[in-house]
Amino acid sequence: MRVIIIGCGRVGARTAAELDQRGDHVTVIDVDQRAFNRLPGTFAGVTVRGSGTDEDVLRGAGADLAEMLMALTEGDNRNALAAQLGKHIFGIPRVIAKINDPLRAEAYRTLGLETICRTVILADALVKAAVEGAEASGGAVLPPTAEPRQGVPPSGSRAEAAAASEAGAIAEGA
Amino acid sequence: MYVVVIGGGNVGYYLTKELLAAGHEVVMIEKDPARARTIADELGSIVVPNDGCEGRYQAEAGMGRADVVAAVTGDDEDNLVACQVAKMRFNVPRAIARVNNPKNEALFRRLAIDETVSPTRSILGVIEHEIPIHDLLHLADLEGGEVQIVEAQIDGSSPVIGKVLRDLELPEGSTVAVIVRDERAIAARPDTTLRAGDKLLAVTSAEREAELRSLLIGE
Repeated sequence: MRVIIIGCGRVGARTAAELDQRGDHVTVIDVDQRAFNRLPGTFAGVTVRGSGTDEDVLRGAGADLAEMLMALTEGDNRNALAAQLGKHIFGIPRVIAKINDPLRAEAYRTLGLETICRTVILADALVKAAVEGAEASGGAVLPPTAEPRQGVPPSGSRAEAAAASEAGAIAEGA
Repeated sequence: MYVVVIGGGNVGYYLTKELLAAGHEVVMIEKDPARARTIADELGSIVVPNDGCEGRYQAEAGMGRADVVAAVTGDDEDNLVACQVAKMRFNVPRAIARVNNPKNEALFRRLAIDETVSPTRSILGVIEHEIPIHDLLHLADLEGGEVQIVEAQIDGSSPVIGKVLRDLELPEGSTVAVIVRDERAIAARPDTTLRAGDKLLAVTSAEREAELRSLLIGE
């Protein structure tokens, strides 16, 4: 699949790297050349420096042939514009826009755009982890991989009281 | 008329001022609080100091009863989203957007923005009128850009000088409508002979435009 990703931030770079790994043809666009440093050394796709909301830049990046476009910059409006350019000017079959404001994300779905909203995803995962535990969040909230290093708990804290009662229990057991 | 202006830069400021002077009811939404305060100090408490792309601030500005929304910030994406929210959520009858990148005009029209204004294109148009060019000058787009009204300046090197209109093999869908000669418009008739200095106003389809250009102006 030919995919254009706009915005090479943490989300854009990681998505680009993973799709590239799967064998997709990935082109990443960012206004900042240094942003491409986030891509792994193994990345085999194309990087294009320029604005993803500029029709000429998109055309140069092969938007005419793309099967999917993802607008993943930090600006909701920028993503909405880029996604609609992809859909209406280039006729790209699937476009996904990252929209951080849930209200706006809802509004854009009515315009035929797939949207992904970080706010909603994070909040859902956190509520799930709070109610059912980290394991239930489907990998969104990760349990720790090691015990915390023990020090002396600050005086008056609940941790101090817990440590004291634990010590008492051990002493009783002995 | 009730107008909501989005963006309090120079364009938004003078637009609001002129609209008020003409007796219209105007509310401006400007997201920079300091700028909003400065404008409110001068024009009165008609400024909502917030992000004009957000539905709730548009509601606060009374978008529900607005006749016109004019989004005139310096960022095309903000103007697009502000107009789309106004149309989608508040059914504003007329949305006008300032477009900085002229290429975005086609997209905006397609997305049901009623009117676009591109200062870049306007200035470009003035410059192109001033200097001789070997290209068609775009005067207007119809049907979302499918049909174009263009102007061809016939200078000394044009291949059509001395020919009558009937003999031109115009591309399909293209018509020469009017000839401007000696600062007067004359109807284009089949037997009209073309001269150097004529300006032809022609209607053409977007895809045959290049053909029309090489026929009238030459390479």
